[in-house]
Formats: sequence, C-alpha cells, structure tokens
Amino acid sequence: MAAIPSRHKSLVLLAGVILLQVLLLAMQIKRDSQGRLIRTWTVGAVSPFERAGSYVFGSFRDTWRNYFALRGTKKDNDDLRRENDALKLRVAQLEGKAAEADRLAGLLHFRQSQTDVPMVAARVIGGGASTASQTIELGRGEHDGIRKNMGVITPDGVVGKVIETYPNTAQVLLLTDRESGVGAMLADSRTQYPVGGVGEPLISLKYVPNDDDVSVGARVVTSGMDKIFPRDLPVGTVTEIKPGNPFKQIRIKPAANLERLEEVLVLLTLHPLKQSDSTSAQPATPAAANSAPPQVPNP
Amino acid sequence: MNGAFDLRIGESHIEVHKFRTGAILISALLALVIQAWFPLHFTRASLLDLPLLVTIYFGLSRRNPSTGLLLGTVIGLMQDSLTPTVPLGLYGIAKTIIGYLASSIGARLDTEHPAARFALTAGFFIVHQAVVALTRRILLAQPEPWFNLHLFGAALLNGIIAVFLFLLLDRLRRQS
Repeated sequence: MAAIPSRHKSLVLLAGVILLQVLLLAMQIKRDSQGRLIRTWTVGAVSPFERAGSYVFGSFRDTWRNYFALRGTKKDNDDLRRENDALKLRVAQLEGKAAEADRLAGLLHFRQSQTDVPMVAARVIGGGASTASQTIELGRGEHDGIRKNMGVITPDGVVGKVIETYPNTAQVLLLTDRESGVGAMLADSRTQYPVGGVGEPLISLKYVPNDDDVSVGARVVTSGMDKIFPRDLPVGTVTEIKPGNPFKQIRIKPAANLERLEEVLVLLTLHPLKQSDSTSAQPATPAAANSAPPQVPNP
Repeated sequence: MNGAFDLRIGESHIEVHKFRTGAILISALLALVIQAWFPLHFTRASLLDLPLLVTIYFGLSRRNPSTGLLLGTVIGLMQDSLTPTVPLGLYGIAKTIIGYLASSIGARLDTEHPAARFALTAGFFIVHQAVVALTRRILLAQPEPWFNLHLFGAALLNGIIAVFLFLLLDRLRRQS
C-alpha cells in the first residue's frame, strides 16, 4: 500500500474529520419530506449502483429471454402456425357447412310451405361453357323426374327453366339469358307483362306502354300465364325506367341471386298449373294445386 | 525575534511554541464557558466567538495542521453540544477548517505582531462564517446570510479582542 506523503497527511486527516462531521450532521438532520438527510444521501449514493445493476441484470435477463430462451420458439412457432392453418381450414369448412345448412333449411322450409307443388331439390354442379348463354347444370336429371321445360326456382324467386335433360343431369336456361322469358305481372297493379333476359345481370320488363304507370321499386311476380311457373312467385324488383318508343325500357333486378346459385328447386310438372283465385300480390305464394310427395334433396 | 510582523519563508525560521500542561484544555473550556454564559448578561457579547479565537490562537502557535484541525474539531463539537438548537457538526466543521488553516498559515508566517493577529483573526472569522453559512444552506436548508455589515462589525470586534486575548494567552507559553 502506497504511503501517504507527510505533507498530505494533514489534508487527509482534514478531509476525514470533515467527512465524519458531515455524516454526523446528516444523521441528525431530518427533512420534512425526505426523512433524515443521511437516509436521503444513502439512497442517493446507492440508487445509481442499484439502477446500474438493475440495468445490467435486466439486459442479461432480456438477452436470455429474447435469444437463448427462444431456442425452441421456432419449432413452437411452426407448430402453432400449422395448427393455425388447420384451424383456419376447419373454420372455413364449418362456415361453408353452416351456410349450406342455412340454404338447405331455406329450401326445406319453402318446400314444406308448398306441399301442393311437386318439386325436387337439385344441386348446381356446373355452369354454361359459353359466355353467350346464361345456363347452369344440375346434379339431377331424368331419373329424378326432371323433364325439359320444367320451371326452376329458389325460395327467393324464379331462376329459369330446364332446356335439356340427361339421365342424371339437366341444363337450365337462366332468366337472364337473351332467349329466356317468363310470364309476369306487377305485384300491385296486377298488370301483366312478359319478362325476358337481355344477356346482362338485369332482366327486362317488356312491352310496357309509356302511358302505364310503373315506378322504381315495384315488385314483379309470375303471372302463371306461361304454364310453367305458378302465380305470384317473385321475379324481381324494378330498378330502372327509361322512356322509349313505343314502350318503356324497364330493367328488373332478379329476386333470385342468379350469380351465386348452389341449390335450386325444380318444379316437377309439365301440366298447366292450376291457377288460384287469389289476386293477392303476396310473393312466393305458388297457387298450383298439384300435389306430390316431397322428394329427398340431393346429398 | 522582534515584535514586528516578521515574514520569513521557510519553517526553520519560525518558532513552534509549547504551552504549559493543560493550558490548551483549560483555555478551550474557559472560552466555551464564557461563550455560553456571557451573552446571557451582555447581549452584544454574542458578537464574540471566543472558542474561535482560542482555536485560531493555538493553531497559529502550534503550527501543526493535524493538531490544529483536531483542536478545532473538539472545540467546535463542544460548542455545538452546548447549543441545543444547533446540530452536532455545524461549528465543528467550521472550526476544523479554521484550525487547519490557522496552523498551516502559522507554519509559514510569523504571526506575533498585533496587526497580523488582528487581520488574520478578522479574516478567519469571515471564513468561519462562510463555512457555517454554507453548511446551513446546503445541509440544513436554512437561510443564512453569507456576509453583512453586522458580521463585518463582528469580524472587526473579534479581531480587536483577539489582539488582547492572544497577549494574555501568550503568558501560557512554556519558556524555552
């Protein structure tokens, strides 16, 4: 240990004696808000080391937690990611099944409310190969009693009619096709007009004189005059009216969602449906009285 | 050694005085007792700081910084002890520093001349007051004036008293 030079000994002694007395003072002094001064000083002297120690320890701890302790995290992350993907797929499947169940429940409900109209449920298994024609293909055919010119509907409204049948499939011409048409009438005024497709999502209410009063939002239902569809099935809603010569140009949004068809109902009769006496404008109220036992829908 | 203020560089030319046995202890105790008793009867006496004067005298005479600062410490702590409103160490610190400074200066200057004693005592009084004020302000958080006319007058008074007191204390020196 290095010896202190004699000329500095008194300085060291002075510093030591003063320090002792300062500590003596600090032990006696009590500040109102901070307690005894010696405590304040001690805390002030120790806290930087505590803070530094805490920082160093925290850094080591964070380093350990964020790096070394995460060695198995990638595997856990991969496992969780796989599980998450599987669960997402499962959720999507369940959502699809739930939506399908809702649709089938709607069909079943519609059929139960229309027990006097023979019909069979069919799944849409394909669409038309040509963009020029608006057709779909059903998973049921002649073996299920489906014949050409039979009407096809959903609980929402008219879809179209069967144009070709095969033993197990059938092709349906949608209402939006240029060649398609259905006997219709305004639900409120009961005035009858034909409805036909124009190759676009909206269909057209034809041959309406400029003098006839038709308003946007008016509901259009089947008239039953085409002998295919029963009366008062929803066809659509008037969305656009333009004056024309000699007839108005009226566009209708189809009641059935023809762009997202998955299950449909085929009306199993070629005989003219019996018209009910009702003149009600209530939609989706087929008036045909032909009865047939309900058939089980396609699985 | 003549009676004039004799400034000589080098410790070999400066005499280190020794005192009769118990002279320092008795002088310090007597100064403390008088300091505690005198202001009770003479209000103006509170301007005096006899323990400080004793510290300065023996510091200047003994000319040993270690002895001087320890003597200042003891006298200061005893003065603190006799003053209930003052925490122990307040005057102790101040007189420790004065004891050190006085003995350090005494080791370099011949301080036998009354004028030197007067000037040094007045100066040490001011330094002592500055240390007390610093301690009060920093440690005790108490308002204390650094210096004012009152303290200036006290410094002069203590300087004058020191001239006569030191002559009295010179009689306690052991004859070499």
